[in-house]
Amino acid sequence: MSDSTSTLLEMRSIGKRFPGVVALDGVSLEIKRGEIVGLLGENGAGKSTLMKILGGIHQPDAGTIAIEGKPVEISGVNDSIGKGIALIHQELNMLDNLDVASNVYLGREPFLGGVGGFLRLIDSRRMQSDTKVYLEQLGLNVAPDTAVSRLSIGQQQLVEIAKALSLNAQILIMDEPTSSLTTTETEKLLSVVKDLKARGVSIIYITHRLGEVAEICDRAVVLRDGQNAGELKKEELTHENMVRLMVGRSLKTAYQAPENENDEVVFETRRLITARYPKKEVSFAVRKGEIFGIAGLVGAGRSELMQTIFGVDPRLGGEVIIDGKNLSGTSARESIDSGVYLIPEDRRKTGLITEITISQNITLPALRLYSSGGLVNSSKERTAADDLCKKLNVKTASVETPVKNLSGGNQQKVVLAKWLQLQPKVLIFDEPTRGIDVGAKSEIYQLMRDLAKNGVAIIVVSSDMEEVLGLSDRLAVMHEGRITGILGRGDCTEKNVMTLAVGK
Amino acid sequence: MKKDLGIFVILVVLCATVSFLNPRFLSGENLQNTTRLIGIYGIFSIGVGMVIITGGIDLSIGSMIALMGVLLSFLLTDYGVPGAIAVAVVLAASIGLGLLHGVLITRLRVQAFIVTLCGLLFYRGLARFAANDETKGFAGSENFELLKNLATGTLFGVPSPFVILIVVAVVMWVLLHRSVWGRYLFAVGRNEEAARFSGINSKLMITSAYVICAFLTGIASILVAFYTNSISPSSHGNFYELYAVAAAVLGGCSLRGGEGSVIGIIIGTALLQVLQNLVNLLGIPSSLNFAVMGAVILIGVLADQLLKQRAAKII
Repeated sequence: MSDSTSTLLEMRSIGKRFPGVVALDGVSLEIKRGEIVGLLGENGAGKSTLMKILGGIHQPDAGTIAIEGKPVEISGVNDSIGKGIALIHQELNMLDNLDVASNVYLGREPFLGGVGGFLRLIDSRRMQSDTKVYLEQLGLNVAPDTAVSRLSIGQQQLVEIAKALSLNAQILIMDEPTSSLTTTETEKLLSVVKDLKARGVSIIYITHRLGEVAEICDRAVVLRDGQNAGELKKEELTHENMVRLMVGRSLKTAYQAPENENDEVVFETRRLITARYPKKEVSFAVRKGEIFGIAGLVGAGRSELMQTIFGVDPRLGGEVIIDGKNLSGTSARESIDSGVYLIPEDRRKTGLITEITISQNITLPALRLYSSGGLVNSSKERTAADDLCKKLNVKTASVETPVKNLSGGNQQKVVLAKWLQLQPKVLIFDEPTRGIDVGAKSEIYQLMRDLAKNGVAIIVVSSDMEEVLGLSDRLAVMHEGRITGILGRGDCTEKNVMTLAVGK
Repeated sequence: MKKDLGIFVILVVLCATVSFLNPRFLSGENLQNTTRLIGIYGIFSIGVGMVIITGGIDLSIGSMIALMGVLLSFLLTDYGVPGAIAVAVVLAASIGLGLLHGVLITRLRVQAFIVTLCGLLFYRGLARFAANDETKGFAGSENFELLKNLATGTLFGVPSPFVILIVVAVVMWVLLHRSVWGRYLFAVGRNEEAARFSGINSKLMITSAYVICAFLTGIASILVAFYTNSISPSSHGNFYELYAVAAAVLGGCSLRGGEGSVIGIIIGTALLQVLQNLVNLLGIPSSLNFAVMGAVILIGVLADQLLKQRAAKII
């Protein structure tokens, strides 16, 4: 579509305040028919709020919205859908006990007739055949009666898009669609997005993966602190430009070589077998002060390996050795007492107890430091939590705030604080910066390097290629449960990693 | 804390209303009897509260009280076992049952509802069979005056079960709200996975809650046995588990786990007993007893829910 096409959606001077926070202050955004606009910004910049206004979840306090030049008001979710807007959330809203077709047509099932209301009979055959058409358009090769629980995240994402298509969506909002997809799935999704564009669908694309923005977006709108920070044309979509507008400074992700090499091995696994891949053995060793990366595609068994090392997943065989001492691998307690800590992949599910306070979360694994005779000394606990939050720059009014009120980056820092109060020998980071804004990301990278400098062995599992290449002194690549190669610093290129990751 | 205060206000208002409508509420005898019942019910309600905080449930309380009552009667009257030893056996047996619940739930991964529902049926049946479905008592009770006194006597004018409740409550309050154990219990109840990833032995924590619950139920079973002085195994302790769950929920425990307080549970227990008392004193037909209680619990929980929603909106 050419640039002369009319503007489809125009949001002008949108304002939204929540008690105590101005989430949006005069933000404007427009999109033409068949255009892909990247919406960028750190977490808390206002992207989600803006999109929730478009999706009818929030109502703006100020500003106007116009669709095809006509002013409209979006009063609710159904109203938004009726106006041709489809919002695909970062966390997918699939009912995984139902099949694909039922999810696509949830709430809009075609009926065979019947008494009326809940007693009408669903026309499953029509539902399935209609769904099939959309699935084919998206190149998703699954039967419409497949249970959603059997699909990968990438496939579920496509089912969400199928649903949007079935709703005749004109404007598709995608919030971090690729954050948990494998490389192949990502490529597939991006080609689907380009396809939709060619068919005249307008797409607002939110992501932290700047490479994707450069690849598919016609334009990018950058928000910062609830205001427009700037706009970039297609030819200006360089990594540096985007980051500069997002944070107002440029970011260093380049590899930094350690100042002093150390050959002492502190951590080793020998022929370790996980429950996920019971026929594969994993052996590797990490030196003191080394950042050891582990790359691989989603499903390579990296997280399971880390959780088995940490003692929260069952170990079927092999040894884990820390400082010459064997771990039995039956509980996290043993690993923690030996100085091996895990910052898990899913911080809200396994890293933190989000409903309780920051202070209680931080001290949970180390309560014995703040208790005597089995009783907790809460003032001692609070002081320690306060100090750690200051040290890690956790942005919060008080350590008595529930963790759920923090942003992703600050939550991750709280997980880090849990382990930094102890004496880490080996610190395992599993997807340390997933869903975290650029500023907090660089703080976490700096912290990892500082820890390594102080002799801590760091293991980083990451699907973010830039991250894992930028951090690792050595990089192991996994494919389907085994290590297919360990790359020295000189061999750490994207091409080498991908070759090993696909198992060739 | 705020939540405890809310339900405490309701309790005070209810007491004031009842005493206004029937001043006999404040008579020494009535107060003594009510606090005695609060004492007995409060002890096992605290136990059930601990289980609820882990996100579990214990439905076997009433049947366990019947079974332990029958056991106690056998030991004391049929076998002539000394009181102290009989008490020790009953408490040990209770702990054993709690341990069994805990192991079935955490090791064999049977749902707590199912495990304790089976307990409810099994212990009741066992109690009836053992007693030949006949009412058991404590004939020749002069031998265990001290035990009887624990249930029916007073200490400085306060019914002894209430004194025991205070002791239990203080211990449990310190454990739940000040100790490492309590912190872990809340953590496991909120998010068992995250607790495990923080090095907490969640299976041990959950099992300990069932053991404590059974132990407190064991204590209560001795008091109930001597309070009623006769144990008809088919009805003894009927519905007690539901009183306990109701008290815990009224007192701020969430059935999803991770929430609750000892003081709340005690106030919840008191509220239920005052309601029972209200039915008697105001001449409401006693057949309506459960209906009144059901309505009040529903209203209480609804009010709490509405207040919470409003608070969430204000934030």
